[in-house]
Amino acid sequence: MKDVSSPCEIRSTCPYCGVGCGVILRPDGMGGLTLRGDPDHPANYGRLCSKGSALGETVSLEGRVLAPQVNGQETDWDSALDLVASRFRDTIAAHGPDSVAFYVSGQLLNEDYYVANKLMKGFIGSANIDTNSRLCMASTVAGHKRAFGTDTVPGTYEDLEEADLIVLVGSNLAWCHPVLYQRILAARKERGAKLVVIDPRRTSSCDGAEMHLAIAPGGDVALFNGLLAAIARQGAVDHDFLAHVEGFDAALAAAEAQRLAPTGLSQDEMQAFFDLWIGTEKVVTIFSQGVNQSSSGTDKVNAITNCHLATGRIGKPGLGPFSVTGQPNAMGGREVGGLANMLACHLDLENATHRTAVQGFWDAPTIPQGAGLKAVDMFRAVGEGRIKALWIIHTNPAVSMPDADAVRAAIAGCDFVVVSDITGETDTARLADVLLPASAWAEKEGTVTNSDRTISRQRAALPVPGQARADWDILADVGRRMGWTSAFDFQSTAEIFREYAALSGIAGALGRDFDISGLADLSDSDYEALAPTRWPVSAGKQGGRFFADGKFFHDGGKAKMLALSQRAPVSALDTEHPFRLNTGRLRDQWHTMTRTARSPRLSAHRPEPFVEIHPEDAARLGIGASDLVRLKNATGSAILRARITSAQRPGELFAPMHWTGETGPTARIDALVPAVTDPVSGQPESKAATVSAAKVEAAWYGFAISARALAPRCDYWTVARAGSGWRAELAGFSEIADWEAEARRLFDCPGAEMQSVTDVARGLTRLAFHEDGRLVAALFIAREPVAVMRDYLAHLPGTEAPEAISGRPPADQPDPGPVLCSCFSVGVNTILDAIETQGLRSVDEIGRALQAGTNCGSCKPELAALLERFTTRHAAE
Amino acid sequence: MVGRLVIIGGGMAAGRLLEALADAGSDWKVTLINAEPRGTYNRIMLSPVLAGEKSYPEIVTHDDAWYRARGVACHFGARVTGIDRAAQTVTLASGTAIGYDRLVIATGAMPLIPPMPGADLEGVIAYRDLEDTERMMGLGAGTRAVVIGGGLLGLEAAAGMASRGVSVTVVHRNSHLLDRQLDPAAAGLLQRDLEARGIRVLTSAMTQEIRGEAGQARALVLEDGTELPCDLLVMAAGIRPNIALAEAAGLECARGILVDAQMRSSDPAILAIGECIEFDGQTFGLVAPVFDHALVAADTLLGRRTAYAIKEVSAKLKVTGCDLFSAGDFADLPGRHEIVLNDPLRRRYRRLVIENDRIIGIVLYGDTADGTWFFNMMRDGTEIAPLRDTLIFGPAYQPEQAA
Repeated sequence: MKDVSSPCEIRSTCPYCGVGCGVILRPDGMGGLTLRGDPDHPANYGRLCSKGSALGETVSLEGRVLAPQVNGQETDWDSALDLVASRFRDTIAAHGPDSVAFYVSGQLLNEDYYVANKLMKGFIGSANIDTNSRLCMASTVAGHKRAFGTDTVPGTYEDLEEADLIVLVGSNLAWCHPVLYQRILAARKERGAKLVVIDPRRTSSCDGAEMHLAIAPGGDVALFNGLLAAIARQGAVDHDFLAHVEGFDAALAAAEAQRLAPTGLSQDEMQAFFDLWIGTEKVVTIFSQGVNQSSSGTDKVNAITNCHLATGRIGKPGLGPFSVTGQPNAMGGREVGGLANMLACHLDLENATHRTAVQGFWDAPTIPQGAGLKAVDMFRAVGEGRIKALWIIHTNPAVSMPDADAVRAAIAGCDFVVVSDITGETDTARLADVLLPASAWAEKEGTVTNSDRTISRQRAALPVPGQARADWDILADVGRRMGWTSAFDFQSTAEIFREYAALSGIAGALGRDFDISGLADLSDSDYEALAPTRWPVSAGKQGGRFFADGKFFHDGGKAKMLALSQRAPVSALDTEHPFRLNTGRLRDQWHTMTRTARSPRLSAHRPEPFVEIHPEDAARLGIGASDLVRLKNATGSAILRARITSAQRPGELFAPMHWTGETGPTARIDALVPAVTDPVSGQPESKAATVSAAKVEAAWYGFAISARALAPRCDYWTVARAGSGWRAELAGFSEIADWEAEARRLFDCPGAEMQSVTDVARGLTRLAFHEDGRLVAALFIAREPVAVMRDYLAHLPGTEAPEAISGRPPADQPDPGPVLCSCFSVGVNTILDAIETQGLRSVDEIGRALQAGTNCGSCKPELAALLERFTTRHAAE
Repeated sequence: MVGRLVIIGGGMAAGRLLEALADAGSDWKVTLINAEPRGTYNRIMLSPVLAGEKSYPEIVTHDDAWYRARGVACHFGARVTGIDRAAQTVTLASGTAIGYDRLVIATGAMPLIPPMPGADLEGVIAYRDLEDTERMMGLGAGTRAVVIGGGLLGLEAAAGMASRGVSVTVVHRNSHLLDRQLDPAAAGLLQRDLEARGIRVLTSAMTQEIRGEAGQARALVLEDGTELPCDLLVMAAGIRPNIALAEAAGLECARGILVDAQMRSSDPAILAIGECIEFDGQTFGLVAPVFDHALVAADTLLGRRTAYAIKEVSAKLKVTGCDLFSAGDFADLPGRHEIVLNDPLRRRYRRLVIENDRIIGIVLYGDTADGTWFFNMMRDGTEIAPLRDTLIFGPAYQPEQAA
């Protein structure tokens, strides 16, 4: 199976979102690789999104940590792991097993997760292991368990293609799961399925949708209660299926009692949606972070499952509730026990039978009696000194956790912090006492599970650099050094997978859904060749859908409908904090950017963090395009560039979550998110902070390009990859007297030849530095936000570029504008120009003329929006 | 009435006046008297001739045939000794008296010779005409020349001689070259470029005397004692209007012959144009205003009433590879702002002086292609606020609507 069409091509899985696309990797023999979508993988059938397409640009060893470090000093593995083992052992001995914790990640493979979970729960004897999936889909896990008795995704990706109606709830699928969105678009083209988007923001996913319901934040439960009431009112209840469901009457009564005002939608809008949903048998309701990241996230999930259960629309082709996860192996983490309230293989910690079975299987000395600390509580315990030894693996909680500044302080104050990562250049890794070099995506072997339960192999295509090691190997080594030699005597991922599959057989025997015991006897070569496989894989069931047969996993075998009523987000708006702050993802960035920020192409889409604000709010606050805006509340503050857009509801703001202390220290947006969680799932309410917003008056604004990495020190800065170097946005609150000295320090070019333009009266300074006839850096300073053609300039470092200092191309040379199509680096201006001069009228015509949108297709919705903008503009003229 | 028009001086002002009269088909009967033994040539192209980039015939603008075809009576190589305003005659050194109904004085300017011992030695020349040019062209490689004056003319002379292998030193009183046209930064670039072609430049240098041997200048001595040996010493320390004839004739003069907006002197029968005049307190040394004088004078002679107004002028240095463009006022005064481009990489420098959102001064060095664009904006009083961020880069960097 390793041989695809060429001996050096390797099938693997993309490390980004939960779609779990197959990729075919081709190492270039020089440490890099090229790749393409795997045409045979059932998640993507060859498609890739912009991020996946650019994976080859992210695998360089730049910034990699290649040797273990203790207190910043390189050391050997024995010293580092002996220290880790002894500090954990000593801490447990002195303060008990609950004084230590692991905070792990959806980046871990099933095998890594399995070892971490086994070590913490079975041998250390605490359940203090939680994964960053807590921030991602814990509400879905809780909602699934409440509705189905276990955390089961009932359907498959094929349902998206067989549906007649797709409803996206709190999901910008076009940007966050682009390949699924492309599959839907293709099916829509073929079959005419309808698309409805329920989202406070008018996102790229809304383009071409039949309906966009700009719901008020927190209004989802009310809306789906309204739908449930309408289902009953319009006689659409499937009474036969209700034989398999408990709680219908109470759920309906609660739904009928629900006020619909909190949706913020008009009666007509809602009725149109109700009619469409009720009138379309084959409906898939997709939900994601807009549902999950909420203090009522679990209720939102169940409000959706209620409607599907009431109509019996579950588990059959083309219909059902469908959760899409954020991380590559969020699903695997759920299955293997990465969450503090799960055991392993969908077994429950609270269930004594389950505990006994797992403890017996592991031959473990101990097993915790109940749930451990979920992420928010875990870091609270770290801050309070109750957790004294913490191991953070492949995640960046100092940025990504709510109340991030407090979390950063908590980690900094913890007695002993171990970080496993591929780079030391993260906000979290910089706080580590012990930094362990882990192997990276393209170097790892193992399995991941995607959003439709398909387990795929991840295969190594590049050699492991330096002293880096696989996570399962590091974890098992620590287990052995802590004294559990035989339990952690793993030699390969295949061996771990077999043990895991065998344990799932016990789960299956105990009546759980997750059973892959059919894979427990895979030989090493079978494991090596394992094709994408949807679970379950057992004697009784192979893949397929769940629940059409009415068999659920609650005691008694029935599903449950929940009686729900809408709750507003916890943070209340007041005069001091009049804006609700939504946070989320961008199309071309991933999490805290440790990988995607290495790609110039991906960085070009949105190179600077920003806050989106409605034009009316901006006008009221005197905020103009490109002004800097300060957001503030009790937990933190941020400074972000204004993007004024009517896609935003008045009174609401949106900011991306990706920027960090490494790339934009004032844009650590989770510093503004309070540590408020859903009471059932423990998932933070990441999209409903309340903040003040005000224009920032800086003394100066700057834009910089540089061939070398640069580390600004001013009051506001962000840095992004660009072309052959970097680009940076800067601003300061106090005047700089000597810009030349400042610039030479910033760019570290004391001897470079300098071009300058000064317009002292305007506060304008431009400096360009050249070495050996090539531009090494340029700095553009103004008293207002700098107006230069950034996307043009960003490509100049490293070239001769004697005219860079002009800040723009000559008038006869077009400015391509911000990159819209990452794959072919096609700019907005180029596209608009072609639309106008070549009379292009469709996304396909744009593709034929400019290639834009013809590779991954992630930009197609934005292309369509440009066409729309153009035709509207002309219609209005 | 067919009137008699006499023109004294055959320089570029006179040439332009003759053209304008001819173009208008005027019936003035013209007599042209020129002290040089030739008609009008493009004096400002003497530097390219000196540099060997052009030949004399290429810069002749009016040859004998031209005068013949237009019926101009020419007295070349003839010096005027006096003007009898009462009799309305002009007397030549030969004794010939020529009567006029209208007289135009276009005697141009004289080199300013700083008073110093030895200024009258052989081998001390100015740089005004073809003869001076030929003296410099006659120097062989390996000879030495000193140029006094780091202005446009002096530097062109220096560069021209240097290009012929002459070892040249420029001695300049001010702290930077071209101090009337350039600011110190641009002058520094220029000096660097001149030095790169082997020209020695001494600024803030005060001359003391010219030492000679057997009546021949041999060295310039500076106040600090520096002795600069030379085979030829070129005086290019400036010019002054040549007003001797006018003064002798009792015309009102200050630094130059005072004229009104129609180019009439204090005697309405006598006009004056070119470098010899003074108008509104100003004298003139560049070709553009001189041409304007000629055109206004032509109108006056044709009975049209045109009023002369001083326009912004620009200066260029005709030294190949040292392009500079300078116009307007760039003194550092309150209320003025400047935009400065310092670009050693592209060997260029630009400075715009801005007052009330308008360009009032321009200095370009190294790349002067955009000079006219800036100059037109200055002349037209174009408001530059909308272009300000990219103004200094010239028209190629402006949005289409502005370019």
